Amino acid sequence: MAVVFSKPKALTDAPLHYCPGCTHGIIHRLVAEAIDDLGILGRTVGVAPVGCAVMAYDYFSCDMVEAAHGRAPAVATGLKRAMPDRIIFTYQGDGDLASIGMAETVHAATRNENITVIFVNNAIYGMTGGQMAPTSLPGQVTQTSPYGRDVKTVGYPIKVCELLSALDAPYYIERVAVNNVKHVMAAKKAIKRAFENQVEGRGFSLIEVVSSCPTNWGMTPQKALDWVESDMIPYYPLGVYRDKSKEAE
Amino acid sequence: MAKVLMKGNEAIAEAAIRSGCRHYFGYPITPQTEIAAYMAKRMPKIGGTFLQAESEISAINMVYGVSSAGCRVMTSSSSPGVSLKQEGISYLAGCDLPALIVNVQRGGPGLGGIQPSQSDYFQATKGGGHGDYRLIVLAPASVQEMADLTAKAFDLADKYRMPAMLLADGTIGQMMEPVELPEDMRTTVYEKPWAVTGTENKREHNIVNSLYLVPEQLEKKNIERYEKYKTVEKNEVMYEEYMTDDADVCVVAFGIAARVSKNAITAARAKGIKAGLIRPITLWPFPKDVIARTAEHVKGFVSVELSMGQMIEDIRLAEGCKKPVTLCSRVGGMIPSPEEVLKAIEDMEGGAF
Repeated sequence: MAVVFSKPKALTDAPLHYCPGCTHGIIHRLVAEAIDDLGILGRTVGVAPVGCAVMAYDYFSCDMVEAAHGRAPAVATGLKRAMPDRIIFTYQGDGDLASIGMAETVHAATRNENITVIFVNNAIYGMTGGQMAPTSLPGQVTQTSPYGRDVKTVGYPIKVCELLSALDAPYYIERVAVNNVKHVMAAKKAIKRAFENQVEGRGFSLIEVVSSCPTNWGMTPQKALDWVESDMIPYYPLGVYRDKSKEAE
Repeated sequence: MAKVLMKGNEAIAEAAIRSGCRHYFGYPITPQTEIAAYMAKRMPKIGGTFLQAESEISAINMVYGVSSAGCRVMTSSSSPGVSLKQEGISYLAGCDLPALIVNVQRGGPGLGGIQPSQSDYFQATKGGGHGDYRLIVLAPASVQEMADLTAKAFDLADKYRMPAMLLADGTIGQMMEPVELPEDMRTTVYEKPWAVTGTENKREHNIVNSLYLVPEQLEKKNIERYEKYKTVEKNEVMYEEYMTDDADVCVVAFGIAARVSKNAITAARAKGIKAGLIRPITLWPFPKDVIARTAEHVKGFVSVELSMGQMIEDIRLAEGCKKPVTLCSRVGGMIPSPEEVLKAIEDMEGGAF
């Protein structure tokens, strides 16, 4: 019988622990498909974050390291410097990458460290039960912004792609979403591109994936995907923010 | 082998390279800057990595990455910077990863000063970061030992899969002495089948991790690690005994304090006081047995430290509170003079404490 659909080799058989309707599953699959497509599974090492994806080390079938909160880009730097011929990726959430790990993120980017960063932005701390994230939208109600994010006292969300594109060094920066089929297809292309860049030795690639958190947003999965479209994407416009291959032309 | 004149900090760096370390990550801080400067010059010439990290936190996490890949790796700093590394050190311990952390101590707490100190003894030997763990802690007292114990630290870290710390001080770091460096300072090459080097599609994936959400599993992991620590305590204690055989007063001191103490002991002997010295070379594992044995025949101990009295607690535990233990110390970057140590020896001899 012809196989028409199968699990990527880069994923293990472990059942994912993510909440119903969470898009981490889709993003894991896109990363795994990119690794499979490029035939790099045996020489890839992933770095898992602290946050919802903390147990990603059980889900990806490549070698994995669990990093301390926010430190994944520094850990990835060590791995890459020790093994320049290995493909190193980090998989990080918004609190991990844009709050506690901002220094590690910015400096890995400005070194044009030849790594791939998958940045999942769902505008909330999911694992700890729904606190305000550096990317929570103005007015967004969370456990630690119960009256809505007040930009006068806690400031505005951080737009990571825009921020990092102010640096001279990074090779590739793109923001995608996974709230509908069209966006998923574009996200797949971007993630694969980010791994290809590393295989070719081009340098730092970061893909921000605008994601949803039905559980902590207090929405049904469908409503959460709609909110990505209606509220998240207008604040976090999708697109390519840095592409050095274009600049070279 | 020809001797060369080197600074203590440079001796650490060269010995690390000769021990097979090809990856160094650090962040500038006095008084250990020579290590980074030396590595910045040498590493690019030998295909190694020198990287000035954006912070001490990043530096130790880069160390964590390299160690995960199974390669020898080090970082160095001084007291305030080593505080910043504690999170990463706890993770190294929790993942059973070998690495060398050098602390060329300066006075504290807070920003403290830039002059020599030994006031990070508690931090180095009792934990420093969160959780139940130990570091192998080596305390050099000469430039030669800066080199020799660097090689030893790499070896022990690999042998037991745990981080090791070289706990030096600003004096030994900055002083110049003749030093002999063998071309190759590696002893054993350790297999690292646990390293995340890529599966090559030939084995199950390796995972470097310290997260255990099932309490039974985490408890088991901790107990296993402490079994390993027991083996280290049994096999790896190092110390120097100096004139302790007939001693009535036993000084206990490490690092620069031990060198000052030797002068004081010579002066005491000239005055007819039988003084001796136990110099712990491993601060963890602490040389408990020799102190317990010595307690049988001395009047008491004098702990000479560049701190408000930290190692003195381990001396009291080791001798079982059988004999008096006094503290002779200067802090804040000050070093006790031989006369001050002699006075403490005389007071102990005369029972005036």
